[in-house]
Amino acid sequence: MGKTRSSFISKYSIYLVLVALFLVSWIANENFVTAENLRNISTQIAVGTILAFGQTILIISGMLDLSSGSVLALAGVLSVSTYVSTGSLLFSFIVAIVIGVICNIINGIVITKFKVPPFIATLSMQTMARGAALLYTKGQNIYQIGDYIIFGQGRILGVPTPVIFLIITLIVTWYLLKYTVFGRSIYAIGGNEEAANASGINVDKIKMKAFIINGILVGISGVLFMSRVNGGMPNGAIGYESKALASAVIGGTSFTGGVGTAFGTLAGAFIVGFLDNIMVMVGVDSYLQQVVRGAIIALAVSYDIWAKSRETKGKISSAEPK
Amino acid sequence: MSQSVKLRVSNIEKSFPGVKALDNVSFAVRKGTVHAICGENGAGKSTLMKIINGIYKQDAGQILIDEKVVEINSPIEARQLGIAMIFQELNYIPEMTIEESLFVGNWPTGKYGNIDWPEIRKRTLKLLEEENLDYSPGTKLKNLTVSDIQMLEILKAISYNSDIIIMDEPTSAITQHEIQILFNKINELRERGTCIIYISHKMDEIFQIADEITVFRDGSVVDSRLKEDYDMETIISQMVGRKLDNNYPKEEIELGEVILEVNGLTDKEKFEDISFYVREGEIVGFAGLMGAGRTEVMRSLFGLDEYKSGKIIIKGEEVDIKNVRTSIDKKMVMLSEDRRRYGIIPVRNVKENVSLSSLKKFISGGRLNFKKEVETVTDICERMNVQAPSLETLVETLSGGNQQKVVLAKWMITDPDILILDEPTRGIDVGAKYEIYKLMMELAKEKKAIIMVSSELPELIGMCDRIYVMAKGSITGMLNRDEFTQENIMTYATAAKKERELII
Repeated sequence: MGKTRSSFISKYSIYLVLVALFLVSWIANENFVTAENLRNISTQIAVGTILAFGQTILIISGMLDLSSGSVLALAGVLSVSTYVSTGSLLFSFIVAIVIGVICNIINGIVITKFKVPPFIATLSMQTMARGAALLYTKGQNIYQIGDYIIFGQGRILGVPTPVIFLIITLIVTWYLLKYTVFGRSIYAIGGNEEAANASGINVDKIKMKAFIINGILVGISGVLFMSRVNGGMPNGAIGYESKALASAVIGGTSFTGGVGTAFGTLAGAFIVGFLDNIMVMVGVDSYLQQVVRGAIIALAVSYDIWAKSRETKGKISSAEPK
Repeated sequence: MSQSVKLRVSNIEKSFPGVKALDNVSFAVRKGTVHAICGENGAGKSTLMKIINGIYKQDAGQILIDEKVVEINSPIEARQLGIAMIFQELNYIPEMTIEESLFVGNWPTGKYGNIDWPEIRKRTLKLLEEENLDYSPGTKLKNLTVSDIQMLEILKAISYNSDIIIMDEPTSAITQHEIQILFNKINELRERGTCIIYISHKMDEIFQIADEITVFRDGSVVDSRLKEDYDMETIISQMVGRKLDNNYPKEEIELGEVILEVNGLTDKEKFEDISFYVREGEIVGFAGLMGAGRTEVMRSLFGLDEYKSGKIIIKGEEVDIKNVRTSIDKKMVMLSEDRRRYGIIPVRNVKENVSLSSLKKFISGGRLNFKKEVETVTDICERMNVQAPSLETLVETLSGGNQQKVVLAKWMITDPDILILDEPTRGIDVGAKYEIYKLMMELAKEKKAIIMVSSELPELIGMCDRIYVMAKGSITGMLNRDEFTQENIMTYATAAKKERELII
């Protein structure tokens, strides 16, 4: 029975961390568990978490996206500017998605056709997209965005719109990973690309699809972000790609590929969100907050690896990395 | 035997969660002897070796060197006690040079803590000269063959003055000629008084090199005798715990139509003008030395690599194999020789590995139907006798033989007509081998065509209806069942390309 218990712990380790953190925060501050505060946390983490779903898909398949913060900004400012000149919410939303997808198709082509490592390809896109956003806006923020704010600041049945987007993208990502051929292929490619290819999976096509889905998620994040900050900000969302990476990795997505889930990433995002929130509430110095946030990544991942190694103990030799 | 005991293990016990890996294991290795260890995968050989090498810690029992109890807590401590292990799967850094790899982790340093390169060069040259090896110290490992690297590992063991060297399946990736070089080295070491623990599945090698043989089964020592007191059948029956009535379950069956025909298949450099055919229900072997181009032909045929020219005809219809998907759709599949690289997704479970090539079959209503998937996978795993705790078990935790069965199961549910099996029994134990032979025969009876590439002549001779022999990228001969002898095959396998026309 020992085996069942340890595999239970390893499978749900990250959720146990989340629950523990929740309980500690609850005890630490009475204002932590209120409907308003929990709603705030969810709204705050929404944009980063939607980006993190894209990262999750890419990391599972053995890639990553360093450009998502910049592409978010480019898609966002073009979307805002479209709204300002046309007044169409729908059209401006579509523009953001299209820009997100185009940038990610370029990422995908550079990686699959020219065999550039994803780290380098998306690093280059990071710089290009940020440059393009600044170039387009001449470095100026776009203000007076009118009804555009409903994307990020509206509520439906009392639920903030970003949270609604978060739930929809969560379900879509979860479904894709669990119930589709695409999802299975993603896990196979990240687990062993050559074996996936030899099993009849069109690796390049699946990688392109992964980037296109990432592009859609980045586009949505762009709209939500700009709407929440009341303007088109070409310098917005700097560093969001690393936040998204952190959520995915804390949530148990393996950087060696082949392992990860949408709900794990959501848990990872909430761990970061709870932590930020409780640190503010108990008055931790804001610089110290950063230090803690960094340390928690190492801690959470160490714990996860430790819990998993307990399960495969004695089999370590056959699980050595390639 | 008069030699004194160098290494003794006594009453060793070791458990992993859910399994008793070693149960009261005792045996002794004498100075200046080669001690072979046989046993099926999972019999506990590797676990014991890892305990001797300090990778695992035993739960109970003792290790004695020169009859004195020792504590071995890490491979470094093992090295200090004169124990060296040469692993089956050599882990090396391709960009390292020979001299770097010889001294890695044990760098001689100068006054300022700097690495003393001139000293390293001097010692490397001395070692190479003493061992009569013709390498240059600055050569990178990536430019060496597997057997060269193995030889370096042995050299490293010698440089540490090891007097116990453990070799785990040292011949699984080297050619016949290289095996001979290895054996010469082992003989030399034996004369120097080094004792060697030699783990292998290959009986002929064991009888050639060993002085004593110990057989393991299910975590216990079954028997330990001098080589002279053993014969092959005894060993095999001790290993599997029953008598194998027949080594090869071959039956002659009626063959059907030609199902696959290959005409003049040519690659840019690795093979040229390859023509052969396979009939329904036929098992066709491909023999040849390492590097003869057999695997390369099969990879191109299956769509893993491109080919320059030539025709592939399946069921009378010329097909253009663009990629693996085309092959699978044409009902042709390939089991690769390198299971870890091209076969399994180690971090995923049995179910996902088995269904990977047939996912479309399990789609209903736009999503994967888990119930249907589990049913199919369970059925095939039962038929293939895959031994795994559950379908959710990660494939990386299975033994080699079970991993191979998982890969075979993956191909079986695509319902293939043509199976290309490249070294299907490499690195798996006798029992699992026999199961794979039986499966091949079953498939042949179902009118499926099988191409078997193998470096083990006995299994080709045992299982095939016809054998093509390749040498240097060309087919140099074709033999019918009544012409099968090791000599015939070797004659063609060593034939030069020029003589090809004469031979055919």
